[in-house]
Amino acid sequence: MKLTRRDAVAALVGAGVIGGAGAAALARDGFQADSNAANGEGEGTEAIVEALVGTARAVYPSEVENVGGFVETYAATKLARRPDFRAGAADALSDLDAEARITFDARFAALDPVESETVLRRTGAETAEPDSEGTTAEQVRYYFVNEVLYALYGSPTGGELVGIENPQGHPGGTDSYRRRPDR
Amino acid sequence: MTAAGSGGRTGTPDRTPSPRVDVCVVGAGPAGALVASRLVDRGHEVVVLEAGPRFDRADRRERMERSIRPAHGARSVWNVGGERDAFTASGERFYPLNVARVKGVGGSTLHWQGMVMRLHESDFERQARDGVGADWPIDYADLRPYYSEAERALGVAGDADNPFAPPREEPFPMPAFSPSYSDSLFAEACEEAGIAMHSVPNARNSQPRDDRSECVGYGTCQPVCPSGAKYSADATIEAAESKGVRVLDSVPVQRLEPTDDGERVGAAVYTTPDGEEHRQEARQFVLAAGGVETPRLLLLSKAAEHPDGLANSSGAVGRYFMEHLFAGTGGRADRATRQNHVGFNTSESHQFYDNDFEKVDPIKLEFLNYAGPSPVEMALTADEWGDDLLDSLREAYGTHLAMGGLVGQLPRARNRVALDPTTTDDHGNPVPDIQWSLDDRTRRTLAKANDLQAQVFDHLDAGVEWVVGPENTGPAYHHMGTTRMGEDPDESVVNPRLRTHDVANLTVASSSVFVTSGAMNPTLTIAALALKAADHVDADL
Ligand SMILES: Cc1cc2nc3c(=O)[nH]c(=O)nc-3n(C[C@H](O)[C@H](O)[C@H](O)COP(=O)(O)OP(=O)(O)OC[C@H]3O[C@@H](n4cnc5c(N)ncnc54)[C@H](O)[C@@H]3O)c2cc1C
Ligand code: SF4
Repeated sequence: MKLTRRDAVAALVGAGVIGGAGAAALARDGFQADSNAANGEGEGTEAIVEALVGTARAVYPSEVENVGGFVETYAATKLARRPDFRAGAADALSDLDAEARITFDARFAALDPVESETVLRRTGAETAEPDSEGTTAEQVRYYFVNEVLYALYGSPTGGELVGIENPQGHPGGTDSYRRRPDR
Repeated sequence: MTAAGSGGRTGTPDRTPSPRVDVCVVGAGPAGALVASRLVDRGHEVVVLEAGPRFDRADRRERMERSIRPAHGARSVWNVGGERDAFTASGERFYPLNVARVKGVGGSTLHWQGMVMRLHESDFERQARDGVGADWPIDYADLRPYYSEAERALGVAGDADNPFAPPREEPFPMPAFSPSYSDSLFAEACEEAGIAMHSVPNARNSQPRDDRSECVGYGTCQPVCPSGAKYSADATIEAAESKGVRVLDSVPVQRLEPTDDGERVGAAVYTTPDGEEHRQEARQFVLAAGGVETPRLLLLSKAAEHPDGLANSSGAVGRYFMEHLFAGTGGRADRATRQNHVGFNTSESHQFYDNDFEKVDPIKLEFLNYAGPSPVEMALTADEWGDDLLDSLREAYGTHLAMGGLVGQLPRARNRVALDPTTTDDHGNPVPDIQWSLDDRTRRTLAKANDLQAQVFDHLDAGVEWVVGPENTGPAYHHMGTTRMGEDPDESVVNPRLRTHDVANLTVASSSVFVTSGAMNPTLTIAALALKAADHVDADL
């Protein structure tokens, strides 16, 4: 199933990053405008976006397509508008990079999906409780794993993978709850 | 994300008292908001003192994210808990007070579900009809016009298709939400089981109204509606402020100070975030601090003429605490049931509300639209990812069905809100001690609710996986009865005008005045009583 820009915008609305007007503007102007803004602001933004993309490639199901475009759109806007989140993610990324260097002698964003998954597992993020101020495992779970999982499963396409096109957190209107299932 | 103070964006708001006003209202939940709004409409000068903060509307989506993502405890969405909200539960059953309320402008309606029904005529006369509980000194007919006004004030979407509802003269302000797909599955089963389904009145916009959006399906109604479609009392407060009501946030009232002769309240003593203590004087005081803090504040306001607490010559302050208990049954069908698209219900059955009062009390049955897990929430707490996670989500989501239900409790003096002198809050005041227990009659009623649910499930192609009933029930977060209404000053705290028997200028607007609980969610009745209380205060000013 292919993730679209619409999904990224939906995920941003669901995450409270943008409101209705912001969503309309972003959908119109596209990914370009906002990612430029993000690149200008705050050091390390690009590295965090790359690491979020790397995380998504490892933790998204294999049938999802266009992971890169989706996560980049989502992450660029989120990081531009949430400086606290960006700062926390930058901290967590240094731990993630350290783990990647120990295991594969490269920074996290340079790894392929299988290697990324190995590193994420080694941090303990798979079974950790998310906590923005916790241990490395808890921070990686919060800033990377859960961030991209929230973006996916809170968006219509991610929801549809499971059978719910209007997942919690997505303002999908008041028709879908009445619709008959198509299978 | 912050909880801004009044005018917070432009520096520290002025929290000094106004010169003596006509009315001082304590609490900015729906009860206090409606009282303030009506009294300003009648030309009175009104100050509202609210213990909790003002929550910025712009933060609602971020609060929603908090509610879905597991890193933030559920109570962090509205900053509940900590020393400010410390409590004791020394009764037979633990009472989870801090899941059951919110402190802030809007009160607990910031978090609530928003289903709003009128009580039935029988609820007002249980003693006369059934020989149990007690009778209210007012009846349904007295409240009926106020119910209509309350439905307009909150903005209720509903339909007149409920054959069991008490008589009403006007249509609901908005059309009801249509039944869900899963309602149609229940409808077939209910028909076979001989159970009638009908719509649910929701305090939730089914179309744009009062500058608030229609429901757009975020599905997170409890604990937060980002679109503002769900009514919350901050909307009433904002409207009241635009008409001239002054609202001070983050100013918990410490005690009500009676005049020397003890006949009247002279001032509400409150503290500001910087630790200063102030006195707000007023001609009339309205206590609208919810069903737990209202009796607590009276008990904390001991004085020479009121040695057991203000307005407590009857000894009834804090007593007769009642809750609604949840009865539920859930399981999985052999087909898709499409749950968790929205966070509210569209069908109920009130068929068993007025039945068979010999052994059991009223029962309200609900058909849930949010049975089983929400995939996004499940994903965020899973111990796996990738294709394994997707497989698990597909296995877990999609075929759940569930029914809920509420039953009430009869008033018993031993169930009460008292003070716990051994534990104090952030201001050094004894915390509330909720002494709560269930009796056999309530357990029997829960068992009957479960029986009815089992009958429906028998006719669904669905296996029952869980039952919540007499053994594992929990409260619905409705605090009632703790300053009960009555004609007799020896038995009750307020009179039918909602004025305390003992103190001439003190009115209570709250479910604390309920004499019986019924089994309907209480807030529409709270709103109707608040409007009635405001009329009486107006008449006395
Ligand atoms: C999870 C949940 C779901 C619910 N769902 C429903 C539903 O579907 N339908 C329904 O009818 N009801 C529901 N309720 C109950 C509903 O929220 C309450 O009945 C309603 O909010 C009560 O209104 P109130 O104004 O009396 O009290 P509250 O809304 O509790 O407001 C009281 C206010 O007084 C303030 N206060 C307290 N002490 C002081 C003090 N000393 N000084 C100053 N201010 C003070 C508090 O901070 C608070 O803001 C639900 C409640 C919860 C928690
Ligand atoms: S489903 Fe609930 S949370 Fe979502 S818009 Fe409607 S009322 Fe609000």
